[in-house]
Amino acid sequence: MIEIDNITKTFTLHNQGGAVIEVLGSASLSVAPGECVALTGASGAGKSTLMRMIYGNYKTQSGAIRIGGTDIVTAEPREIIRLRREVLGYVSQFLRVVPRVPTLDVVAEPLRLLLTPQSEAEARARDLLARLNIPEQLWPLSPTTFSGGEQQRVNIARGFAHAYPAMLLDEPTASLDAANREVVLTLIEEAKARGAAIIGIFHDEAARARVCDREIDVSQFTPARAA
Amino acid sequence: MTDQAYNFAYLDEQTKRMIRRAILKGLAIPGYQVPFASREMPMPYGWGTGGVQVSAAVLTPEDRLKVIDQGADDTTNAVSIRSFFQRTAGVETTTKTAEASVIQTRHRIPEEPLREGQILVYQVPIPEPLRFLEPRESETRKMHSLEEYGLMHVKLYEDISRHGHIATAYAYPVKVEARYVMDPSPIPKFDNPKLSDNPAIQLFGAGREQRIYALPPWTQVASLDFEDHPFEASKADHPCGLCGATESYLDEVITDDAGGRMFVCSDTDHCDTRQAAGHRGKDAA
Amino acid sequence: MTPLLSVEGLTKRYGAHLGCGDVSFDLYPGEVMGIVGESGSGKSTLLNCMAGHLAPDAGRVVFDTRADGPKDTITMSEPERRMLGRTDWAFVHQHARDGLRMGVSAGGNVGERLMAVGARHYGEIRDQAIDWLGRVEIDATRVDDRPTTFSGGMQQRLQIARNLVTGPRLVFMDEPTGGLDVSVQARLLDLLRGLVRDMGLSAIIVTHDLAVVRLLADRLMVMKSGRVVEAGLTDQVLDDPQHGYTQLLVSSVLQV
Repeated sequence: MIEIDNITKTFTLHNQGGAVIEVLGSASLSVAPGECVALTGASGAGKSTLMRMIYGNYKTQSGAIRIGGTDIVTAEPREIIRLRREVLGYVSQFLRVVPRVPTLDVVAEPLRLLLTPQSEAEARARDLLARLNIPEQLWPLSPTTFSGGEQQRVNIARGFAHAYPAMLLDEPTASLDAANREVVLTLIEEAKARGAAIIGIFHDEAARARVCDREIDVSQFTPARAA
Repeated sequence: MTDQAYNFAYLDEQTKRMIRRAILKGLAIPGYQVPFASREMPMPYGWGTGGVQVSAAVLTPEDRLKVIDQGADDTTNAVSIRSFFQRTAGVETTTKTAEASVIQTRHRIPEEPLREGQILVYQVPIPEPLRFLEPRESETRKMHSLEEYGLMHVKLYEDISRHGHIATAYAYPVKVEARYVMDPSPIPKFDNPKLSDNPAIQLFGAGREQRIYALPPWTQVASLDFEDHPFEASKADHPCGLCGATESYLDEVITDDAGGRMFVCSDTDHCDTRQAAGHRGKDAA
Repeated sequence: MTPLLSVEGLTKRYGAHLGCGDVSFDLYPGEVMGIVGESGSGKSTLLNCMAGHLAPDAGRVVFDTRADGPKDTITMSEPERRMLGRTDWAFVHQHARDGLRMGVSAGGNVGERLMAVGARHYGEIRDQAIDWLGRVEIDATRVDDRPTTFSGGMQQRLQIARNLVTGPRLVFMDEPTGGLDVSVQARLLDLLRGLVRDMGLSAIIVTHDLAVVRLLADRLMVMKSGRVVEAGLTDQVLDDPQHGYTQLLVSSVLQV
């Protein structure tokens, strides 16, 4: 489902003397449907960078990232947008929303973008918010004023609203209490069971052990830094 | 100074030719505003300088001239213009609509139906019907040329939204032969139906604005409206106090400072003719 | 798939000064593209050239018309271009006063485009106007009030209703949230997002506000001195800018 073939990534800082930072050199990996792969490695090894490259958020210098047949590296913006809408989900660590939009609409939006009828989209959103223990009186409010943990759970609900065939999870269980952590892990297991290919970053080792089939150490792709 | 000091009908022949060319162009393109080099006339703007120039250009020594102001032959404006042409053209004048070959009018169409061979000359203050909403002349010209007339209905829409009906009572916009939107000069909308299919030639002159436009005989002229708010030619709901006419346009006349008032025909010739024929209204002496 | 709008080599000079130079891109149905850059970078010149308000010196602006398929709007006849401007195109000005008739009621403002394309039933025009006021969150009781009595945010929403009432397919927006205070901006952005999604609109939004493009635009073009220096997916351009100028632009934004 997700096939990464020999990709490289450098950052060129034009306003800092044109410094070039190599982050990844020839990374390759693939994830099959129903499989969950954990990215590991020390902080700064490039786990988040790789994740963002797969999402098309960071530009890839060379190589190919094929998701369901579309190569993110060479795709037109509209193809990436369509892919993100239909195929590739991403739960980031931060919730980014338009202020004043009610939580229920925030969670239902990915389905609304797929032209799911409003009632159906809202039913799914209600179900997820309830499972993630967001009190119902908060649903009509904008999540911008919520606590960090609540925002993270709204973010997860939004990320799992649509049954994406491929998913990227960046620390989905961070800052969650035991009960909610359990809900998220169940959501991941359900996604795997329906055949989603998942790549995740989990600092929570127990969680990683429970849902992940394989681990890939990103440090192996990191070029040796010139002193 | 003798009257012979003037060329026939005051204007010099070249100027009259220039105005006639504008009139002919106007007749060829009904409703289209033709620019012309308006002259200074020996009267202030707003007193009919456009109408006077058009009349001067169409008058011949054989013509018989009638001049009305809001329907009346005996008000200052009508009397002055009539005597102006008596002096400078030596034409005969009349107050009888039927006897006149050229009628210059300010803001009315005579009650008596016009016939072929007559010319009705309107005095026009603002020839551009779109100016109310679009002050740029460059833009309104483009709108005319491209037939972009949605804005005209915005004006009528505003009327209905504010008053519950189309409250525009005079200078009611019309569309000529399904092409040009035209300002019929500030005639009451009661007169609008008479614009259409009229046997007479109708000429419109705006002196300050330097525009001439025209309706040749038997031109189709439709008043703009909405399907659910159709055009209505309205008048005061009274008979004439002097001649008892029920179908003529009426002026309201205040008779004292105690609320006394009467309604009389605005067309004085029409009223006089009816009274001479023995018709009497309730206020007749 | 045919692009809705295809811009090729669009160039506008002001004497020796370059307004915008050799701009090319395709915009597909349903896409929202942002154009960012500092004042004087040529983004408004580009927008006005595309929308037919300015005559470019070179280039083509090909629009996929309903009747005849792709046509160059630069060389099409003026009546045809003006017709597009009243039907399939919409233009939202930064200042609502430039896009509204301030002497005409809110209902008349919204109804004008309907009347321009031949609507002649007062009741239906008014019903549509009221429906659209509702969609931009203006109370129906304000339908007969003039925009002069409206707040800045309401005026801007009225301008949007007036533009969208004929169901256009392409909307040009020039700093649509400029000059509005932050809470009003947020409400407007939310509204625009919903309308773009529900009507399947394509839009080109010129702004200097990176937060606005992040929320509204799928794609981004960065302009400097009349040239496009970088283009791509909005979040990619903002999060991993490749060009030095974009890096400077992104790093200059104050973080809240």
